[in-house]
Amino acid sequence: MSELDQLRQEPEQLKDQIRDARKACADATLSQITNTDPVGRVQTRTRRTLRGHLAKIYAMHWGTDSRLLVSASYTTNKVHAIPLRSSRVMTCAYAPSGNYVACGGLDNICSIYNLKTREGNVLAGHTGYLSCCRFLDDQSDRYRLWRHHLCPVGHRDWPTVSGACDASAKLWDVREGVCRQTFTGHEPDINAICFFPNRDAFGTGSDDATCRLFDLRADQELRTYSHDNIICGITSVSFSKSARLLLAGYNDFNCNVWDALKADGAGVLAGCLGVTDDGMAVATGSWDSFLKIWN
Amino acid sequence: MAQGSGDQKAVGITDPEESSPNMIVYRKIEDIITKMQDDKTGGVPVRTVKSFLSKIPSVVTGTDIVQWLMKNLSIEDPVEAIHLGSLIAAQGYVFPISDHVLTMKDDGTFYRFQAPYFWPSNCWEPENTDYAIYLCKRTMQNKARLELADYEAENLARLQRAFARKWEFIFMQAEAQVKIDRKKDKTERKILDSQERAFWDVHRPVPGCVNTTEMDIRKCRRLKNPQKSVYGVTEESQSQSPVHIPSQPIRKTTKEDVRKQITFLNAQIDRHCLKMSKVAESLIAYTEQYVEYDPLITPAEPSNPWISDDITLWDIEMSKEPSQQRVKRWGFSFDEILKDQVGRDQFLRFLESEFSSENLRFWLAVQDLKKQPLQDVARRVEEIWQEFLAPGAPSAINLDSHSYEITSQNVKDGGRYTFEDAQEHIYKLMKSDSYARFLRSSAYQDLLLAKKKPESEQGRRTSLEKFTRSVCCWRRVRMAAAFHPRGGFLPAVGKVTGGQAPHRPDAVLLTVPAAGPGPEDHAGSRRRSTSADRASLRGDLVTVKEKE
Repeated sequence: MSELDQLRQEPEQLKDQIRDARKACADATLSQITNTDPVGRVQTRTRRTLRGHLAKIYAMHWGTDSRLLVSASYTTNKVHAIPLRSSRVMTCAYAPSGNYVACGGLDNICSIYNLKTREGNVLAGHTGYLSCCRFLDDQSDRYRLWRHHLCPVGHRDWPTVSGACDASAKLWDVREGVCRQTFTGHEPDINAICFFPNRDAFGTGSDDATCRLFDLRADQELRTYSHDNIICGITSVSFSKSARLLLAGYNDFNCNVWDALKADGAGVLAGCLGVTDDGMAVATGSWDSFLKIWN
Repeated sequence: MAQGSGDQKAVGITDPEESSPNMIVYRKIEDIITKMQDDKTGGVPVRTVKSFLSKIPSVVTGTDIVQWLMKNLSIEDPVEAIHLGSLIAAQGYVFPISDHVLTMKDDGTFYRFQAPYFWPSNCWEPENTDYAIYLCKRTMQNKARLELADYEAENLARLQRAFARKWEFIFMQAEAQVKIDRKKDKTERKILDSQERAFWDVHRPVPGCVNTTEMDIRKCRRLKNPQKSVYGVTEESQSQSPVHIPSQPIRKTTKEDVRKQITFLNAQIDRHCLKMSKVAESLIAYTEQYVEYDPLITPAEPSNPWISDDITLWDIEMSKEPSQQRVKRWGFSFDEILKDQVGRDQFLRFLESEFSSENLRFWLAVQDLKKQPLQDVARRVEEIWQEFLAPGAPSAINLDSHSYEITSQNVKDGGRYTFEDAQEHIYKLMKSDSYARFLRSSAYQDLLLAKKKPESEQGRRTSLEKFTRSVCCWRRVRMAAAFHPRGGFLPAVGKVTGGQAPHRPDAVLLTVPAAGPGPEDHAGSRRRSTSADRASLRGDLVTVKEKE
């Protein structure tokens, strides 16, 4: 055997060891331990419908005041209707202070708009398109970009978790720029990812029509949320304020609400998806160019 | 990023088209469709229906389909079955014979199954030339049922303009197809025509309908994107989609890659893995603790602005007065109080009273440093060092010698994360020491029990609102009983008067026994409840003692 082949055996052995270690920790399932009451049917209704986009909505982001949101559509960006140079917008973000909006997409550029002065600033220099951007703090234009990943990103300052296009989710240490943990379980692409509010776990949504809950400390998957009659992939996920509810938007224009602990369907809303910071409402944006606000 | 290469398996599966998101859905639908059409195992009844002078071949009613779905896929709610049926129709596997819009209805509407040749899983992505040939063909056949709909006529006109130079070619193709079609059996032709039409309804949908064959643009890039002609027409110029990039050759793994992988995996093994049961318990505990703060489960007080159109709740959140619920949250974890601006202020004030505020100020300064623009970082690092750590610093923090060493080293480089170690140390210190004491302090306890603070610190109106809200908790306190002999008055139970606050310096407010929240009198000290007070709850007249 060549040296390379011999060397290749070691990672395989290590992976087996890791798998065994994880199995050893899997002493119970989430549903076995949960003995709280079921959360019951969550009745939801549309409270607002926002019209005005001319085409598919690709991304949305709530402001930190939980009242305003910015949305990006495949033709225009509609918040005070900011016209962009490129019509192919894939992501948008609201600055915590509410003064700035950032957006970007296939033009490989992140554009930052000052909502007060209506001026734009452009940050070029990326070699790939922008898939997600978020503000850290707008006083100093600090922001985080993830480019050229076909993947969604979830973060709360640190650490950062991303769903990679090889169907694994990775936890990154942004400071040192390395991957700390890898989580497997999905087979096809992961389309959406969202942190549990206490950052110890995260939920993912994938093309295989399942959502999964992964825990950072147990280093493995805790629960799968799926149903035989749900055949479409998931485009976005979000947790409610207490994380008891996992909201997932599907390709068949439905949003399903899951009881995160018991994994029963809890309701259906009728995209991108986002829960406000204060947890009061959910906004969904869809390819039919409408945004709806529900609770 | 160091671990970019990761596993050396090819991305996804060998055939990227198999794993495309639409393909996964198609396979699932095809499973269902195959079962539905299987006569032997109880498929749907497909029959020929007599209609006026002619027969409609090979149809099934919407109701039959919906019933079959409910029975065979264990669906209880017919709405869900209709939804699933509409999904199957929208993807083009089943279509209504007399409508371009592909939805499922639970009634006698007739549907037909699509021919496998036209299934979307064949990844057609038909070109406009094919579409032009098709529309052209339709106009040639002079049959009422093949008349073009308005949008189709518009499309045809547009295509004629676009393909002006090629139009002869297209026309010839259309003619050839019409000739071949004429030779086919009439019934067979009816079926094929409808299937072809349904195919185009999927790929060139009616305006207003979503094109289900479209994929998320980000995923398109990974596919090889072959453009096949439905009618076998070869195209001289292959148009390149703007998002299509040529596939990258997969790099061969080197020894270096494998070594990196080994290092990464070793680090993984070293990490301590918690038991699932422990982890699950902690997540459950979290959701239970926060369930009352989740407006989607527990209705928000006073009301959810999105429902009631009343923004009182947001006004309250913005004000400097924290609600009891909010104060309670500060006790959940140290992070909670650090996240909340008002909580931080309260904590800072407490620390000032203990002469240890430099710890929190240091922590806040370092948080701020991490967000500074690069050009300011060096300056801020120096400022923080001078203020908190240098010998003789005005706000010296207490660091152990080890952390101090590391930090003074880092300061030489002056980066954003210079004080990371020190910050963590101070964080732990505050958490275990000051935070615990803060929670036990009277300042916090007072807030938690919504005790009124001295007049000078509160606006008159908000203190009145707080009081009247706490009055709502009382049951049946009689107005007469609460009426002060001196002529002052207390606001009505259950109502927020929000008007005049009777805060004349000598007005005295009733103290309620510890069961409910009680107002304080002005000097800030709490009167102990007496039997005289207790009697007031039963509605008897009570004499209220004045504070001298």
